[in-house]
Amino acid sequence: MLPPVAVEVHDVTVAYHKRPVLWNVDCSLPKGKLIAIIGPNGAGKSTLLKAILGLIPVASGRVEIFGKPIREARSLVGYVPQRETVDWDFPIDALGVVLMGRYGRLGWLRRPGAADRAAARDALVRVGMEAFGRRQIGQLSGGQQQRVFLARALAQDAPLYFMDEPFAGVDAATERAILDVLRAMRDAGRTVVAVHHDLQTVPEYFDHVVMLNMRLVAAGPTGEVFTNENLQKTYGGRLTMLTEAAEAVRAASGG
Amino acid sequence: MDAVLRLITLQDFNTRVVLGGATVLGVACGVVGVLAMLRRRALMGDAIAHAALPGVCLAFLIAGGRFLPALLVGAMAFGLLAILAVTVVRRTTRVKEDAAIALTLSVFFGLGIALLTSIQRRAGSDHAGLDGFIFGKAAGMVTQDLMVLAGVSVVVLAVVAVFLKEFASLCFDSAFAASIGRSVTLLDVLLMALVCLATVAALPAVGAVLVVALLTIPPASARFWTDRLSTMLVVSGAVGGAAGAVGAGVSSLVPKLSAGPVITLSATAIFVVSMIFAPLHGVVPRLVRQRRNRQMVAEQSRRVAAELSGGSG
Repeated sequence: MLPPVAVEVHDVTVAYHKRPVLWNVDCSLPKGKLIAIIGPNGAGKSTLLKAILGLIPVASGRVEIFGKPIREARSLVGYVPQRETVDWDFPIDALGVVLMGRYGRLGWLRRPGAADRAAARDALVRVGMEAFGRRQIGQLSGGQQQRVFLARALAQDAPLYFMDEPFAGVDAATERAILDVLRAMRDAGRTVVAVHHDLQTVPEYFDHVVMLNMRLVAAGPTGEVFTNENLQKTYGGRLTMLTEAAEAVRAASGG
Repeated sequence: MDAVLRLITLQDFNTRVVLGGATVLGVACGVVGVLAMLRRRALMGDAIAHAALPGVCLAFLIAGGRFLPALLVGAMAFGLLAILAVTVVRRTTRVKEDAAIALTLSVFFGLGIALLTSIQRRAGSDHAGLDGFIFGKAAGMVTQDLMVLAGVSVVVLAVVAVFLKEFASLCFDSAFAASIGRSVTLLDVLLMALVCLATVAALPAVGAVLVVALLTIPPASARFWTDRLSTMLVVSGAVGGAAGAVGAGVSSLVPKLSAGPVITLSATAIFVVSMIFAPLHGVVPRLVRQRRNRQMVAEQSRRVAAELSGGSG
């Protein structure tokens, strides 16, 4: 069986154009939990996901997925990218998008078969989108699109998922539907790591939290690390003072 | 009239080869054009086509004559060089992709025209037989040459068919494609190589200046008819093939008429018809649908108003 630790991040530093955006991040994420990555804009949340997935190179450090490097663990990992990376005009319907979730296991040459189609339809049912399978992806609402992407992840049938803001720009009903699916995934023993923005829902939605602001502030069970002090360190403190200072300088020089 | 009849009934072997070859070239460009357009690299085809001209001229000088396979290799080499040039300029300088393409295209094409002029001066005008590479000349082509070009196109179509699912995931959501272990760089290189091959194969028949029409107009037309990638590929291939056949046919009937412009104009005619009349995304069917919706809504609100006033009164 899979080891109890889903993701091990060892002292990872990531740089864009030689400017570090993540410094010495070191944490381990347990299996079978819903895990939030939180932090202010520019804290490196998406960057951490991409570095774990091997989509961007790390300047130093290493990452293990269930004890293996990502190259050997691709089949264990599902990914829901941010919605901005997608071409919404693309000639594909919702079912076609979900079917893409099967491409990883099919490899380069095999075509999706009847079993893959059945899995894709089943995934659409689980997110409540079965009536929209034939709809072109751009003609769906934002919340419906997000559910289709969740269905694509379900069709991947992976033990570990990374989701970049799965709740961004969806209405309350869709948020509830997505949360139900995530909980069902966790109850089936899967691990979900999600970049999250709404601090108020963190304790209710997530078992485990990673607090990030270019450096790791804290990581652990939500009940232990989601404290005022850690939130101050992640969002407030120096960062607020810097913004206030900048505002004051601007006001002084302008007036 | 007799000539038209002979053409349409495909009586000459040569006519059959020319039309068949031009059709296959058009199909390949139409199909590859869909992927290039969906990956937003359609203009790269234009840069490749223009940059191929100096490659053709250099190959002509090195091979010492108009030996088509050598010319194609030269065209291919310079096409790839153009892709490299655009990529390097885009990645290492602050110049954006559109400007990098324009820059590469004009520099290479200028070099090509300079070389072509000097070759023609030396060989005596027209004897070099390279003019066709600028505006396209399908009619006068040797059977063997067309077979080579059609062969290249068939290879391109086969590669697209094999990797279609990977190209689809690349164009739709490249971050996801990378997350399932597909190399985005490798797929992009493969796609550009296919665009390069299809462009170079169509070059002698369509000409450097207008190949881009065969890469972009068929997919743009096809998009009006369908929301499915597989159907779009088939429709686009059909439009490209039809344009290729019409262009080759008409230019073989009218003396001194290049194939390229006829191909472009016939593809454009299909585009205009698609844009106006295609049932799915055409302008007229859309207006009809909107009008019907408005009428339905008006009808319903009238009925509701009538019921309300009836109920209260």
